[in-house]
Amino acid sequence: MTTTTTTTAEATAEATVARVPGAGFVPAALQSAKRTILQFFRTPQLLLLGTIQGALFLFMFRYIFGGAINPGHGLEYVDFLVPGFLVTGILWLGMPAASGVSEDATTGVHDRLRSLPIPRSSPMFGRSIADTVLTLWGLFVAGVLAFIVGFRLNANVAEVLLALALLVAAAYCFTWVFISIGLVSKSAQAANGMSTLLVVPLAFISAAYVPANSLPGWLQPVADNQPFTIFSNAMRSLTLGGADKVGLGHSTAYWVFLSLVWCAGIFLVFSTIAVRRFSKRR
Amino acid sequence: MTPIIEAHRVTKSFGDVRALDGLDLVAESGHVTALLGPNGAGKTTFISAVATLLRPDGGEVRVAGVDVCAEPKLVRRVIGLAGQYASVEPAMTGTENLRMVARLFGLDRREARTASAEVLERLGLADAGDRLVRTYSGGMRRRLDLGASLVGRPQLLLLDEPTTGLDPRGRMDLWEAIRGLVADGTDVLLTTQYLEEADQLARHIVIVDHGRVIAAGTPDELKDRAGRNVIEVRPRAAGDLPACEEALAKIGCEAPYTDMDTQRVSARVEGGADQLRDIVRLLDERGVEVDDVGLRRPSLDEVFLAVTGKRLEPGDEETDGQSDPADAAESRELP
Repeated sequence: MTTTTTTTAEATAEATVARVPGAGFVPAALQSAKRTILQFFRTPQLLLLGTIQGALFLFMFRYIFGGAINPGHGLEYVDFLVPGFLVTGILWLGMPAASGVSEDATTGVHDRLRSLPIPRSSPMFGRSIADTVLTLWGLFVAGVLAFIVGFRLNANVAEVLLALALLVAAAYCFTWVFISIGLVSKSAQAANGMSTLLVVPLAFISAAYVPANSLPGWLQPVADNQPFTIFSNAMRSLTLGGADKVGLGHSTAYWVFLSLVWCAGIFLVFSTIAVRRFSKRR
Repeated sequence: MTPIIEAHRVTKSFGDVRALDGLDLVAESGHVTALLGPNGAGKTTFISAVATLLRPDGGEVRVAGVDVCAEPKLVRRVIGLAGQYASVEPAMTGTENLRMVARLFGLDRREARTASAEVLERLGLADAGDRLVRTYSGGMRRRLDLGASLVGRPQLLLLDEPTTGLDPRGRMDLWEAIRGLVADGTDVLLTTQYLEEADQLARHIVIVDHGRVIAAGTPDELKDRAGRNVIEVRPRAAGDLPACEEALAKIGCEAPYTDMDTQRVSARVEGGADQLRDIVRLLDERGVEVDDVGLRRPSLDEVFLAVTGKRLEPGDEETDGQSDPADAAESRELP
């Protein structure tokens, strides 16, 4: 009985109410991505601040701390530093994504997107693409600066391409962590605070800036097994002439494979959290 | 014909707060339905339920006959939402904002271009279309946000306090735009805390308080319900307010109400014309000079007072620096 009434009601509605078609997944994601990218490139402060911050960090490590750090294995500190610096750049450059997402959530942007006839996962996928583009922009600037301060590659073309691909993959997958933080935070400030709490230990308790064996013994297991050490090791192996050249156990392939496993895991967990959280009807 | 919105005993709680407490509402196609109530009455919660943003705990909401819980995707193809904040992107131009939303509504590139240009024209933003929204005034942003909700030509517009925070000029511009849309066949559900706004725009007004409907009908029906006509006096000198009050007390069927902000004294009366003659005589005897004296239908404020026993006052945070629009309207209504 109920079913019959429903069907009749819907049939009537079909006849009287025009329905808009709605966008598919790809166009909807791209439109959302475009918005975030324009937002960044049309706000000169954001552009400038990000670049200057990256440069400052690089100069500090290269010229201030660098003299006191000996990476061993006959490596120059600048060569040791840059692969780790780029990998942790994913963290520093990704932080604004969390506050940006949170701001969209609290200013009605997400409400509009969730009321539109588009797949509900599309805006967050768009966001992840956009934030990856912004991170890569920052990494590009940092990479250019790295060569200026004396970084030199010891790798063939295939290794360099693989290193770049790994950097892109890690940046993309980790973007979802910041998006998730933005979605669960109550305000942009809270999102910023939460991402700082995550980024600082991940960046510093790692082999990104200093050799892991220079850390106190109780911290070493943490540093050795967290993803940003793995990424750093993979990047060093690929750009500095192989895992054995930089004094890492295991082969280059091992570090690259382990990095990809971490990427996949982070992507699966956090994209699920983000899409669920965004789509949920409260 | 299927009503555009049917809500039946809708409930929704957030923790201990019952935002919706058995709300019933039927909105017919073809005109504006206004949800009128104070802050925290449940207006935004109801709009969000209709917009498929939240799931009611109980009851049923249908949009054009379609259950919003069972078929949210279908409902989203019928609605356009403009929330309480202007959620347009400041770093994009007006045109870019509208084209983006038009694409999301499913229009192709060319249709989106045409639709955006039309909407800008209709909302009086054609000249500002190529400017970044961060250079827009608050009123322009609200109009653009309204434009974004309708650029895909959805059948039902959901507007959550569309004019809150606007100056009187911006408010009138937005009203004009909404009237134009309804004339072209779009259905509108809007929420407001301004009686004047509901009175100006809506043919169907639903007064809500504490998550339930306390009165519903056309503005005239609601005014009939409040019953008596009102005599209102504005003396030329503020010092004469007590004298007016004393005179009205003789004629009115209850104690007069003095509004210090507008310098008016009003009282509900039995009948009308006779009492108007009497008050003029009484004021004359007392030598009170008046700017305005008149007989009018009860305002929605008095309706609210009659059904809830309290006056409707817009939230404090929104009233700073702007005059209450209800006052402006009442002075126009006077003879």
